[in-house]
This record gives sequence, structure tokens and C-alpha cells, in this order.
Amino acid sequence: MTGQARVVTFRIDEREVSAREDETILQVARDHGIFIPTLCCLEGLSTWGACRLCLVEVGGTNKLLAACSTHAAQDIEVLTQTPRLLAHRKTILELLFSERNHVCSVCVANGKCELQHLAQRCGVDHIRMPYRYPELPLDLSNDLFRLDPNRCILCTRCVRVCDEIEGAHTWDVMGRGIDCQVITDLKAPWGESESCTSCGKCVHVCPTGALTQRGTAIAEVHRHREFLPYLTQMRGERD
Amino acid sequence: MSTDELVALKNKADQRRRPHRACVCTAASCQSIGADRVLKALEAAVASAAREHEIEVRAVGCMGLCSAGPLVTVEDDESSVLYRNVADADAAALAASVGTTPVERLRCPTDIPFFARQHKIVLSNCGRVHPERIEDYVAAGGYGALYNALNEMTPAEVLSEVASSGLRGRGGAGYPTGLKWQTVAKSNDPVKYVVCNADEGDPGAFMDRSVLESDPHRVLEGMALAAYAVGAKLGYVYVRAEYPLAISRLRTAIRQAKAANLLGQNIAGTRLEFSVDIRLGAGAFVCGEETALLASIEGRRGQPRPRPPYPAEKGLFRRATLINNVETFANIAPIIEHGAAKFASIGTERSKGTKVFALAGQVKNTGLIEVPMGISLREVVEAMGGGVPSGGKIKAVQTGGPSGGCIPYEHLDMPVDYDSLQKVGSIMGSGGMIVMDESSNMVEVARYFMEFSMSESCGKCVPCRVGTYQMHEILSRMQNGTANGEDLALLEELTRTVSETSLCGLGQSAPNPIKSTLRYYRPEYEAALRKSPQIMPLTEEGAP
Repeated sequence: MTGQARVVTFRIDEREVSAREDETILQVARDHGIFIPTLCCLEGLSTWGACRLCLVEVGGTNKLLAACSTHAAQDIEVLTQTPRLLAHRKTILELLFSERNHVCSVCVANGKCELQHLAQRCGVDHIRMPYRYPELPLDLSNDLFRLDPNRCILCTRCVRVCDEIEGAHTWDVMGRGIDCQVITDLKAPWGESESCTSCGKCVHVCPTGALTQRGTAIAEVHRHREFLPYLTQMRGERD
Repeated sequence: MSTDELVALKNKADQRRRPHRACVCTAASCQSIGADRVLKALEAAVASAAREHEIEVRAVGCMGLCSAGPLVTVEDDESSVLYRNVADADAAALAASVGTTPVERLRCPTDIPFFARQHKIVLSNCGRVHPERIEDYVAAGGYGALYNALNEMTPAEVLSEVASSGLRGRGGAGYPTGLKWQTVAKSNDPVKYVVCNADEGDPGAFMDRSVLESDPHRVLEGMALAAYAVGAKLGYVYVRAEYPLAISRLRTAIRQAKAANLLGQNIAGTRLEFSVDIRLGAGAFVCGEETALLASIEGRRGQPRPRPPYPAEKGLFRRATLINNVETFANIAPIIEHGAAKFASIGTERSKGTKVFALAGQVKNTGLIEVPMGISLREVVEAMGGGVPSGGKIKAVQTGGPSGGCIPYEHLDMPVDYDSLQKVGSIMGSGGMIVMDESSNMVEVARYFMEFSMSESCGKCVPCRVGTYQMHEILSRMQNGTANGEDLALLEELTRTVSETSLCGLGQSAPNPIKSTLRYYRPEYEAALRKSPQIMPLTEEGAP
């Protein structure tokens, strides 16, 4: 398939770039060292398009398009750093911080958190809306891992990696709107889940401190994601 | 199926036909206030007067004026009399009046603007045919368009007829129907689907329910014509489970159409094969969004996904899929039967045909109306609706439900069409039209719709999931007097972010009620900011 895709040239932030037609704007931007923030996107997993941080402006339409799910096309003008986009990114990050209890100073992911990192990079220095302070109990029933829904941003990386790579589909989302939560099985405690293989992939793809190894303290979380491109490649060759 | 078989069905209807007919509305609204009892009482009264040979008591669909139900029409070939608020106790008097003088105390005038200004295409059979008898539909000319198209038109001709009619999607967004059909037809996917979106969810809207309850065959015929035009073999009607009557009538209609060889294999003796299945939705508003609807049919969580690919390219089960709303499909048979030109002669330059509205709120006459596009809003709400019951002044008209906006009194003379509605900050929407009088507080109206959008947000994308919550919080603070000076600016910024960055139409349009009320009623928001806080009860610690 990739051999047949046409090669196109277009512009991102006034830089000429070339790309295969089946590549997304996000992939092309990253190849060229152009920063576009993302949270739900992770290479090796299916496109989700839910965090809306990767929205870009494309000439010819007033609509903002998600870079993760918009393909490269000949001669389009893509802008990734306009004041409009920067303002939206900040607001979306603020919304995320207001939603759950993101207290960096006591978080196991402090310093290694993608949400924290993006907030710093996008200049979020305070949150203009009131925090919700939801009461969400931790799931400490698993011997190896723990779920802290207070840190969850519902990016569903855990859901997708478990379904698409591990093939267990232990994780899914329950409820709707502001009441959404990631759950194991049909909301069984994680430790009692019959489908979970304890492979730990979900823990390694989590962008925040929501899914972590047990026994890690503040700022001690360790993620290694080298397995993902490897597994995806092996899978691709088998198909 | 041949012409003979259509004629046979027609004959079956003719045999039941009597010189006089007493038609009782049995759509959900009239049923809820006793139309079933009226129907039984009328049948008993006709039987006890031994007049079955001259009077047919017929259950029919919606007659429109829901606020005056149960409705009964007594007609013969020359005249017809409409009766309102009929009780089962009135049955004997009505039966006795047939062929003599009408019962004046129950009579509902039909020359009032509510009826006189209507132009019925979609609803032309509603209130006339028995919704559970295919022969009634055939006798009214039904399935003739399908039969003729299959025998005399190529799929390309059907496509071009739909395209040149200028019909636009009646689900709300107004996408050109012909263009959508052509896109699906052009796809070289060997498997294609036709899907009917009957997941009507706007508060106050009941057009699709009424059409399905009153004339289900019309929708099936539209779908079959679509299947022929685009090359699909299987169709689904996605209808919400809260519509049990619509579902049962649709099931009956599908069964009858199959038996009459109007669905299934070799339809009407041709090579067309098309079957229709029903899928029930559990009532999530977001499942009216096409990609979420398709996910739900596939048995997955009803959540939207990024487009493109559009359903026309990769839809149901990743196949090319044509998805249209109930009312859109109900327009197809008349377009094919009478020609695109006739359809295009109704309405305005860019909005052709008619639109069905569910008129509700502070108006005398509430119910279902079908009006030509371009009619003035004032005519609809003041002349047809009869204005505010208490005689007060109309403050605003809300169209498009939680995705639409409030049109203030000053704009009442505007024409009702896709572009004009958008210009004043509202949308056509699926057809909900709620009239508000001076007693309505517009901040509260916005809060109500935001509460709806918040609880119906699927939670997938951040701006809609958290943004609708925060907007609702601000509006609630305004309502209970605890908002601060920065809240209005924050509210406006959130409306922009949620509109521009949400994943699907639900989120993108959720701020519309706030935007339009801010545009026309800003002083009410400013007054809400100055409102003194309600006194909070003290807790035991002495702090609020």
C-alpha cells in the first residue's frame, strides 16, 4: 500500500515539506521537527482524535482540522502556531486540569507527565475555571499495578493498547460525558479481572499518573514504550 | 410483483372502502389521551347502528393539531369534517351525525391558518391512510414511484432527479441530498448500505416519530429508491427504543412490504434486491450523529469518530454508506412520482420543498405542521400557531433544539430557510420550534439546553466533555447569583473553544443556545451577574 501512495508537497508554517499522501499532517510535522501537542495520539495505536490539542489551520477552510487524522495533500497551507490555535490549546489544557485532581507535587508521574509537560510548553500558568474536585477512589486491587482515576484524562491509550496490541480488551470506558471512567472488565476490581493478562502495556502508554506500577513513589514512575513500535511492526508483517 | 399485484392491493383497500369514513388519529399524542378508546367506541357505535356497510371506522396517523386531540375526521367523497377533543362518550353522536348534520360542539374549523397555510408533501398521507395497512398506502398511490423507477428509470436518472430537486438533508445540517447519493453511487465498494436516521432527540421535536407512526411505508419506499439509485442491498432504520409505537408500525410495514415483494429479492419483478432491518437505539442523543449512529449499529459504543473518511466512503462496517434522516427519505417518493421540477418550484432559491416543524411552547396551536420553505416565521408562529395563549407578546422562537438558537421578536419577519436561519444565529435543525413569551428568562433557557448537551455529551473529546460542564456551571452560577465579573468573558471564550475544537456536531453546536441568547439578550446576562447571591444555609461549622 505504501509503495503506491503518491508523494505530495505542501507547506507547514511556511516551510516546504514533502510527504506520502497516506501520511497524516502530524506525522509529517514530527518528521520535520515541527511541534504539535498531542495527548490521545500514540504511534502504534489507532487514531482516536479526542484530545483536540493537535488541531491546525488549513488554508481554504475556516474549520480547524485534527493533524492526527487529516492526511497530507498537494499544496495545502498548514499553520500550527496561530494565536487562535494557541488560545484553544491553552483552554483545552485548562479544561483537563479542572476536570480531575491533578496535583503534580504529589503525583508519581511528576516530571514525567505528558499533561504537565504540555501545560509548561503551552504556557498554562493558572486555571481560570473552578476545579471540580471529584471524589474518585483508587483501584489498588492489582498486585502489580494501580489505577488512580484522579489523574486520568480519558485519552483511552490504555483501552486501545489492551484491545489492539495485547488483544485482551480488559479496559473500556464506562458512563458518558463528565462521568466517563476507564474500567477493567465490567467494572470489576482490576485485581479480579478475568481478562487482564497483567502484561502492563496500559501502564507504559499512560501519559499521566493514572496507571502506574505499584511501589513507585512521587516522581518515580518509569515508562518504557520501546515495545510498541516493535510489536506493531511484527504485527504488520504478519498481516 | 407486477402492476396486477399493485392493482390487487389497491382493490383490497377499495373493498374495505365505504361511502363514509370516520378516521381516528392513533399516533402517540392522541393515543396518550384516549384515541384508542374513541376508536373502539366509534366501531361499537357504528355496529350497534348497523351501519358498517356505509361507514368505515379507520385508524389513521397524525392529523397535526396535537393540542386538540383526540382528533377524528368524518368524511365522504365530497366533504370532510374535523372533530377535536373527542371523548369515547361522543362516539354515538358522531356515528349518528354521519350523512346528516355535523356535531357542531366538537367541530374544529379547518379553514384556520394552522391548516390552510400548510403544504403537505411529507405528511400528505398522514391522517389519511391506515399506518398498518399497505393496501391503504398503495391505494393512495404509494409504491408507484418505486415501481415506475425500477421499470422506467436507470439508477443514474433517479440520482439526477433527486439532485435537480434541490432537496437538502432534513436532519438539520442541510447537506444536498443528491450530492450525497451521487458520492455513494460513485463508490466502487461492492457492498453498500442505506441507513435511515430515526434517532430523533431534540427536546420538543417529534416529526420523525409522527412520520413513522403515520406513514411508515413512505420511508421504506424512499429507502428502496435510494438503494436502487446507489446500488445497496441492505438497509437499516436506526430508531430510538423510546418510540415503541413507531417501531411496531415500522415492523409491520417491513413485514407487509416483504410479503408484497416490495422489499427482499427481485423487487417488483426486477433484479433489485433490498432488505431493511431495524436497529434500536438506547436513547443517547449523540447517536443521532452519523458516525456514532453507525458505531452503535455495529454494536460498539455510540461515539463519533473523526471524519473524513465520511460514511459515503467508509461507513457502516467500513463500507460505503448512505445515511439520511426520516423526513429526507419521506420526500423521495413524491420527487420521483411528480418530478424534480415540481418539487423545486416550492420553497426558495437555495432551500427547496417543505419542512415539517413540531410547533411547541407558548402558542395556542401546538402540533405538527408542514410549511413551504421561505414562509415567514411570523406567519408560522402568529398566524398558524395562533400566538401566545395568554395574549402576551412572543419573546423568541427557538429552532434547532440544543444545537440551535433563539430568534428574537424583531426577526420574526424573516423567511424560514437554511441560510436565513443561520444568518440570525440559529439553524434549521431537524424541526423543533419552541415559542417563548415574555416570561422566559433567556439565561435559564441557555442553562437548560446546556444541561441537556452536558448530560448527552458522550465524553470522548475534551472540549465537549469538560467544556459543556464548565459552561453549565457558569450559567448555574449566574442563575443562583454566585457568578463573578470574569465569568461572562470566560463563558464567551468557552463557547468559542467548544464550537471550534469539538470532535462532532454535538459539541460544535452545543454553545449555539448561549451564543444566540448572548447576541440578542446580553442585558439579561449582565443582570444575572449583578444578582445578589442567594443566602447559603450555614453548616454546623458556621461556614457556608
